[in-house]
Amino acid sequence: MLTCKDASHLLSERQERPLTFRERWGVRLHLWICESCRRFERQLATIRQAMDFLRGRAEAEAQGSDLSPEARERIRQALAEERGRAKD
Amino acid sequence: MNEPNEDQAAGSPETWLDQHGTALYRYALAKLRDPHRAEDAVQETLLAALGARERFSGGASVRTWLIGILKHKVMDEFRRQVREVPLDDPDDAAEVEDPADRGDFDPSGHWRDRLSDWGNPQETAERAEFIAFLQRCLDGLPHRLGHLFWLREVLEQDTETICKDLDITPTNLWTLLYRARQGLRRCLESTWLKGAGLAG
Repeated sequence: MLTCKDASHLLSERQERPLTFRERWGVRLHLWICESCRRFERQLATIRQAMDFLRGRAEAEAQGSDLSPEARERIRQALAEERGRAKD
Repeated sequence: MNEPNEDQAAGSPETWLDQHGTALYRYALAKLRDPHRAEDAVQETLLAALGARERFSGGASVRTWLIGILKHKVMDEFRRQVREVPLDDPDDAAEVEDPADRGDFDPSGHWRDRLSDWGNPQETAERAEFIAFLQRCLDGLPHRLGHLFWLREVLEQDTETICKDLDITPTNLWTLLYRARQGLRRCLESTWLKGAGLAG
């Protein structure tokens, strides 16, 4: 029988790799009898979904922004310098 | 895409910044979340493109080609951040010592404290309050763990790529991600849940 510690590791690893048949059944059995680990499973799912949300928000925020004029000018100069160097 | 085909290949570097600077910056900002680092990534990308101009095959659009270079620059930046933490950093020692497990479980491997019910994952994950606390808890993770978790969850890098990039074993990576998740979970239990009054 898996301990909660074992089960929690497998529930996390499940997000990185497919579990073996034996591991899947071990986890399923454990979850059946353990409320805390069922909650752990749902907590991980919540965190993952919230991370998806954060990613979406970061992308939406980026869509509304642009290089500052100063940064643009700095990059323009860096490019010009580099081209000048290449020509020498 | 309608890229003007000035030369037969990549076009004139002077126009890259005008035509693609905004797109490059937005991509970099979405991944790096820091205006200065995003600006630097754009600059490095254009300089790299300048040096590699002859190798542009003309098959893809210039923008696709530039974004491809930028992706590598963004990954370089993350690699640097994850590696930057010195080896004698207490965070790293903590990774070896396994404090997460010791704190959460009793010697027989059972949870020390009953976990709380966070409600329906979908609904909870969309609550502004939860997101705000998650953000705070992410910032509070040890730097290495935080970057690694962001790399995995937000940049959606697969395990194999991360392991190769950071020169760690899959087992090591799984353990680190486990620590990150446990750390976030614990942090959320003690901050968000306390305030939300949801705890059972």
